[in-house]
Amino acid sequence: MTITAKIHLVDVTLRDGSHAMKHAFTIEQVKEVAKGLDEAGIEYFEVSHGDGLGGSSLQYGFSKVNEMELIAAAAEVCKNAKVSVLLLPGIGVKEDLEEAVKAGAKMVRVATHVTEADVAKQHIELGRKLGLKTVGFLMMAHMAPVEKLVEQAKLFESYGAEIVYVTDSAGTLLPHEVKERVSALREALSCEIGFHGHNNLSLAMANSIAAVEAGATYIDGSLRCLGAGSGNTQTEVMVAVFERLGYETGIRLYPIMDVANEVVAKFMPRPQEITGSSLIMGYSGVYSSFLLHTQDAAKKFSVDERDILVELGKRKAVGGQEDFIYDIAAQLAKKKTAETIT
Amino acid sequence: MKLKAGIIGSGNIGTDLMYKIERSKYLEMSVMIGIDPDSDGLKRAKDRGVTVIDNGIEGFLKNPGLADILFDATTAKAHYKHHEVLTKLNKKIVDLTPAAIGPFVVPPVNLKEELDAPDVNMVTCGGQATIPIVHAIHRVVPVEYAEIVATVASKSAGPGTRANIDEFTRTTARAIEKVGGAKKGKAIIILNPAEPPIIMRDTIHALVEEAGKEEEIIRSIKTMVEEVQTYVPGYRLRSEPMFDGKKVSVFLEVEGAGDYFPPYSGNLDIMTASAVKVGEELAKRQTSAIS
Repeated sequence: MTITAKIHLVDVTLRDGSHAMKHAFTIEQVKEVAKGLDEAGIEYFEVSHGDGLGGSSLQYGFSKVNEMELIAAAAEVCKNAKVSVLLLPGIGVKEDLEEAVKAGAKMVRVATHVTEADVAKQHIELGRKLGLKTVGFLMMAHMAPVEKLVEQAKLFESYGAEIVYVTDSAGTLLPHEVKERVSALREALSCEIGFHGHNNLSLAMANSIAAVEAGATYIDGSLRCLGAGSGNTQTEVMVAVFERLGYETGIRLYPIMDVANEVVAKFMPRPQEITGSSLIMGYSGVYSSFLLHTQDAAKKFSVDERDILVELGKRKAVGGQEDFIYDIAAQLAKKKTAETIT
Repeated sequence: MKLKAGIIGSGNIGTDLMYKIERSKYLEMSVMIGIDPDSDGLKRAKDRGVTVIDNGIEGFLKNPGLADILFDATTAKAHYKHHEVLTKLNKKIVDLTPAAIGPFVVPPVNLKEELDAPDVNMVTCGGQATIPIVHAIHRVVPVEYAEIVATVASKSAGPGTRANIDEFTRTTARAIEKVGGAKKGKAIIILNPAEPPIIMRDTIHALVEEAGKEEEIIRSIKTMVEEVQTYVPGYRLRSEPMFDGKKVSVFLEVEGAGDYFPPYSGNLDIMTASAVKVGEELAKRQTSAIS
């Protein structure tokens, strides 16, 4: 078996972790994490509101600190590592990306639902024009058949994306499903392939291995799993595992462990365990960043958070539909009252 | 006496408009102007006995008496040109493109104020669905910040919207401020590909200057919903408005009339229905001025 010796680990703690932090990262936290990642040898790491540039809102939660300041703070402390930003067309706009580039961003990942790549054409083109490493990010990859995923990935490639990601936003894919998807893209595309996992079913590491073995060369992770839902593949664990598997990540184990345990663990609001809710997200294919919003809604309407999540899965909610959570919670509460009365 | 109406653009929006204008008491469906003789819109117009022009605005300029009011359902780029030639002829224009040369109009909020403008703009589908609610809150307690989230079925977002999704976000945000009254506005659009397609859903989150006045806000919102229902019958609240301190959240859905678009495309329906509403108001004014 020939092995692709070199793979790239992209750390998303400062973006996906924004969900777990309720978008309250401070300048100091960002600087400390960025410095640690840089020292450990990370090439790219992401800084943005959890829902991407422009995500600060009532719908998803306001950022405590303006993300542009966070991006600038992160870029400022790095010697080699480069800052990536996430952009979801429909939430963020091209001007946001231009501003992020001024703040120091060197990579953009343009994310759409797995069937909607064509809304990203302008943003991918702008990324290339601005000289950024430009990535297409197909979210909720489990919600479309493999042929559809391939078709959409080809669109991204045709717009100029240099890497196309299979994004398991719900942490619901099983290793053989990841392999099937990445292999299909590997076959159909000439650009590089990436994988972004969530650990809701305790499969993030296994899925990341499956992705690499099928030809993916960019893999996302977060320190101590600080990301939406049960978090992402744990970056520091990946460094150890891929080294043992014979892949070169360019990241040193002790320093990456240090930033995970001495910096990130210190400000984590709760351990990134697989709780009842995140398990149900993985089980029923629900967008991981719905987790904390669902818990809030369940409390407000006195309903079981699992019922809300199952209903969201049934109604095929896509990323960004946080308002749907409250709507469903209200309906479940109404139903419950009606049942009690009758 | 009915005012003679022309439609420029025989795509989805233009064709749906045709059916609504045909039902109007104040407008007469006079001419359909397109550039593709094989388009479904032009064929349908012909079948229904409507005068058809298939060489665009040039064709209309040869016979400008065909319409007094023109609905532009083309593109922003084309609208700039149409605006120039049509205003010279003193034609009234209702602009459904994102060009936004003229003032924004959201019928239950500022219809009467903007009617003198030669060219009025219909904002966006999300704007037509949500700005009435922002205004309904604002007329009770001043709105510091308003944000809207429009979720539409993937099938009802056409290639124009998809290629220019930032235009939706930007234009809607601007109109939330200018027409809705919020000090700051933000708009989010989400496309959902679920099958069967979902009905358009809109959520409005607003931060008001002071908490309280919940009953007045609810009453104002419900009055507004009834007003929109007079021209979009499928416009309704999905639940009671929710309050959390200074935050107000309102959940709506918009089911279309099913003219040319299937009923789930409430986003497209509210756009064409609002445009017709503007056209009718213009017609009422012009005919009363004559008599």
